[in-house]
Amino acid sequence: MSRTSELPSVEAVADGCLLLSHRLTEWVGDAPTMEEDVALGNIALDLLGQARGLLSHLGDEDQLAYFRDADDFRNPAICAAPNGDFARTMLRQLFADCWLEVVWAAWSQHADDVVRGVAAKAVKENAYHRRHSRSWVVRLGDGTEESRRRLLFALEELWPLTADLALPGWREAVTDVLVEATIPVPAAVEGDDEAIAACDEARRELLAEMQSLARAHPGATW
Amino acid sequence: MEAGELLERFEAFVASEGKIESDSWMPDAYRKTLVRQISQHAHSEIIGMQPEGNWLTRAPSLRRKAILLAKVQDEAGHGLYLYAAAETLGTSRDEMVDALLDGTAKYSSIFNYPTPTWADIGAIGWLVDGAAIMNQVPLCRCSYGPYARAMKRVCKEESFHQRQGFDILVTLCRGSDAQRAMAQDALDRWWWPSLMMFGPHDGDSPHSATSMRWRIKRFSNDELRQRFVDVTVPQAHFLGLRIPDDELVYDDTTGHWKFGEPDWDEFQRVLAGDGPCNAERIERRTRAHVDGAWVREAAEAYAAKHVAAPAA
Repeated sequence: MSRTSELPSVEAVADGCLLLSHRLTEWVGDAPTMEEDVALGNIALDLLGQARGLLSHLGDEDQLAYFRDADDFRNPAICAAPNGDFARTMLRQLFADCWLEVVWAAWSQHADDVVRGVAAKAVKENAYHRRHSRSWVVRLGDGTEESRRRLLFALEELWPLTADLALPGWREAVTDVLVEATIPVPAAVEGDDEAIAACDEARRELLAEMQSLARAHPGATW
Repeated sequence: MEAGELLERFEAFVASEGKIESDSWMPDAYRKTLVRQISQHAHSEIIGMQPEGNWLTRAPSLRRKAILLAKVQDEAGHGLYLYAAAETLGTSRDEMVDALLDGTAKYSSIFNYPTPTWADIGAIGWLVDGAAIMNQVPLCRCSYGPYARAMKRVCKEESFHQRQGFDILVTLCRGSDAQRAMAQDALDRWWWPSLMMFGPHDGDSPHSATSMRWRIKRFSNDELRQRFVDVTVPQAHFLGLRIPDDELVYDDTTGHWKFGEPDWDEFQRVLAGDGPCNAERIERRTRAHVDGAWVREAAEAYAAKHVAAPAA
């Protein structure tokens, strides 16, 4: 699981936050509790803010988000993975939160002022996100038989997608939560090409929807 | 103290603008009216997330997406806030949610209309939230303290929602022909349902008089509807849009806009459950509730396991 030891590009993090935010917005209104509607909306909003901070540094945020083709996005595959059930969404979020924790901490010392500024704010936001995903993964793992079964299934599906998240410190952070959730920690795996291809396809669908209105009116102001 | 005397004191107290609190004596009908009204309002916020949430994944710019997300999130927050206010009257949120799902409780009929275009997001903010504000600002002075206090915050946020809706339409109306057409089409579809939001004519509104005497309501349905039309017509003119009412004319002598009759048959039909999206809205809310049951059970099971032996 040590395939990734280098920090990701700014583009990869921007795209990852953008798509992850989008996935979370798909829950708003349909969450298991109304409190979660608020929480998931809030996390989606933070991630969107982080994505915008980085995208607008890279160019025109709307050009990059709405007029770039799916295959040109650089996000870690898991950020585009479909929500599935709440267990899968929370596990995906935990994996991403632990990844972003390493990224934002490192980028708090970034040579680029803008990236450093985004990271400084994101460190605090991410700490809350991680507390939220952690508390759900623990409760689902150590809750009922059904929630445990669903979490184990999500782990089986998502684990092969984590190769490009596994920065130094990531595995330890995730292990810590899985142990508390009484969930066995899987062995290190290499990326699974088939699973990644499925996420690429999911990304095409996500963007087809997200970009539909903007692309129907090229040049329009909204 | 005799029941008659308690009632007399209560009536005198609210008439002098006293605030009733959750532990105050109140007539059963007052309690019932408030639970019905506050929970209906809460249900409206929660169901109202659907027509707008429909555009979260397609908002045409990242800025609009962020604003809409914040707005929909506010609505969930308002729902929670209002359920909490209603719970102070002794009815649990679970009971209120059950009543919504089994159809015994109502929510605002306006959310049974569809949102086929992005301009609908603008129209909902401008007209629907605008009408809601007309109805809700007086509730900040409602005689029931917990509701009045909740409404202060709700109204502040609603006024942002109204402005963001108008801002969407200003941008569309300054845009391409297609964008202007989209804005006009949204106004055509939302105008009459927005007027219906104020409820039937005063003469056809059975609970109004008591609610006014008890200081739950401050203005009549027709007064508020007129105020809404007077405020909104000049805004439509500013946008360069046409209000779909051939009878709309400014009355110099009264200083008010005269307007046509909403289709009250349609109002009754949608209220009775036969609007364009009634079934879809409740079905989706029910699905979220049922699909989320295992998550809520897991949280309860975990809490039960760990309450006796908290994690070190």
